[in-house]
Amino acid sequence: MTTHTISVRLENKPGALARVSQLFSRRGYNIQSLAVGPTERADISRLTLRVDCSEHSLEQIEKQMHKLVNVLRVTELKPDEAIERELALITVSVPTDRRADLVALSQVAGARVADIGRDAITFEFVGRPDQLEAFEELIRPYGVRELVRTGRVGLRRPSASGRSGTQSVQQV
Amino acid sequence: MSRRTKMLGSDAILRALEQEGVDVAFGIPGGAILPTYDAMARGTSVRHVLARHEQGAGHMAEGYARASGRVGVAIATSGPGATNLVTPIADAWMDSTPLVCITGQVRSSLIGTDAFQETDATGITMPIVKHSWLVQDVEELPQVLKAAFHVARTGRQGPVLVDVAKDVQEAELEFEYPEEVDLPGWKPPRKVHPKQVREAAQAILAAQRPIVYAGGGVLNADACAELLRLVESARLPAVVTLMGKGCLPDSHPLNYGPPGMHGSKYANWALNKSDLVIAVGTRFDDRVTGKVSAFAPGAQVIHFDIDAAEVGKIRHADIPVVGPLSIALAELTGELDRMREGRAPVHEPWLRQVEDWREQFPFRYTKVDGVLKPQTAVEALRDLAATRTEDVVWTTGVGQHQMWAMQYLVCDRPRSFITSGGLGTMGYGLPAAVGAKAARPDATVVCVDGDGCFQMTCQELATAALERLPVVAVVLNNGWLGMVRQWQEMFYDERFAQTHLTHAVPDYAQLAEAYGAAGFTVDSEEELESTLEAAFEAGRTAVVDVRCDPEEKCFPMVPAGAAAVDVMESPDEEVRV
Repeated sequence: MTTHTISVRLENKPGALARVSQLFSRRGYNIQSLAVGPTERADISRLTLRVDCSEHSLEQIEKQMHKLVNVLRVTELKPDEAIERELALITVSVPTDRRADLVALSQVAGARVADIGRDAITFEFVGRPDQLEAFEELIRPYGVRELVRTGRVGLRRPSASGRSGTQSVQQV
Repeated sequence: MSRRTKMLGSDAILRALEQEGVDVAFGIPGGAILPTYDAMARGTSVRHVLARHEQGAGHMAEGYARASGRVGVAIATSGPGATNLVTPIADAWMDSTPLVCITGQVRSSLIGTDAFQETDATGITMPIVKHSWLVQDVEELPQVLKAAFHVARTGRQGPVLVDVAKDVQEAELEFEYPEEVDLPGWKPPRKVHPKQVREAAQAILAAQRPIVYAGGGVLNADACAELLRLVESARLPAVVTLMGKGCLPDSHPLNYGPPGMHGSKYANWALNKSDLVIAVGTRFDDRVTGKVSAFAPGAQVIHFDIDAAEVGKIRHADIPVVGPLSIALAELTGELDRMREGRAPVHEPWLRQVEDWREQFPFRYTKVDGVLKPQTAVEALRDLAATRTEDVVWTTGVGQHQMWAMQYLVCDRPRSFITSGGLGTMGYGLPAAVGAKAARPDATVVCVDGDGCFQMTCQELATAALERLPVVAVVLNNGWLGMVRQWQEMFYDERFAQTHLTHAVPDYAQLAEAYGAAGFTVDSEEELESTLEAAFEAGRTAVVDVRCDPEEKCFPMVPAGAAAVDVMESPDEEVRV
């Protein structure tokens, strides 16, 4: 079992997202994260899914997804050929006397302060998923009160060589 | 000149059905679909067959589709109408039967409010349809219906659902039926890869023990003639699954019939001891493979299918060939002929071996004086059908009787055996027969049923009688849920929990008469032939109550979880799981 990132171009139609997520539960595949949003075209959305599965299951997932009428294209994003980003909002409890400390630390790590309250700060972090995880570890000792992640989104790098790098399952 | 015509959404639905060449639709009206039935009253060339339960309507549409090769249409209202269609939709999904289901939905303004008879029909059916549409804008109706028929019949066939809000049926539009579909995400394969076909041909020529394993996909693809040419030209022995029965003539010497749980020992051995499995339009169902890890362990696999997702799903395909079967098989036969250059196939000894097995292990059962065995009834039906000049189309329910029908009936033509394979829907047989009769009025349509199955949908006798769609229902009445009883006897220490239905209630002949059908009862071998013949000649729907041995079990049998090669020929053999 490895974790794969699958990118799906999907018609922006009612129920389209439900059909994809239903397929995963119906076939017994577990989605780690799912991010969906508009693309350069108003009639098309892009889904980025993180799935724990074997290579055989991945192939099945791609083939099954391709049979959905609203699915236009299914691509696996390989880590070395894709740009992947994630956004997190993290609210950390912090007494006033340790505030400066924490803000300085977060700035070094590349997070922004999104809001400051009496006894808590909300940070905004955008970056590679591994950087986000590192930041989360860094501030965990301070006491994370609430945390939300968007789930990763990704695109194939224009600099990645050839077309063969991304595995694309097209119907014959 | 514009071909646009002003009309109501309800009329547009019927015009779309007419444009799609639908001659019969099956359904039941109700509140949310009333405007469409009102449009029927205004006139249409579509014949509507009024079922007595939406499940019946759905199975009729399936029977129609399987008997004719065309898309079946079922119509129902919202809420319970739609939920009653769920079973036929699931059945059509599992068996790849092309079906367009049209359901009424509550008014757009009420959707989401838990209105009377509101149910999320598209949501409930999502895992069991190829696609579905909820139509809330009348302007979308023509394109949606065009797309619905296109999706149902192209690629791997299957069911779709169109849920139409009541106000959409009542709204006006400028109707023009589109010529093209606009479905950028629906591109089923239309050709096959020549390299894959060449590889398949090479593998076949090199094989010592090749076997064709053909399924229902061959019928769906109308590739029966191409399969026959392949089998004959390359002298390939073939096994044919339950769903494929009829795709290759049963009486053809190279057809070794059904493999699987209740298939013959020789078919199971031929398939499992082969060195090359040529799978055609079939999906390695667990009822065929038995224990997958022990299935055809010494074989390479060539897998022909229109659905890429079936290839490699259960069993790795060494040579996948994705695309339309008729093209693929024709190209394969051509390639083989070119490569072989008149040389005889190297697998002649294998053909003799398989034939030996067939002679050694035929389907058999033991007759007992004074006891009517269900197999005897099926053999009598087989013999009677052979004397008929008209086509005979068989349907079945699910259970022991279905397996005996599979084993003993002889189907030499495509689309003459209609059964519920994947979902195993008890109650499928009678309504499917009514639908088949609507598609093939000149054929004699016979439902071989069990008493448990028959009681699940026997209200459709009314449809058969009143719609003048006469069918013959032969109820192999053993008074039990026979297949469940068989499992209880074999695997649950004869604890027969809740499987006894009794021979006597209902009296099937009286029930038939109550519905305006002819009723017959027979409990002896002597009267079997004459009774069945009388039922065939009744000139109206007939029900034959065949009171047969409750203890007869269906063999051969591959116990669940066992390797198919360890098929048991009789109950005396030791179960090897």
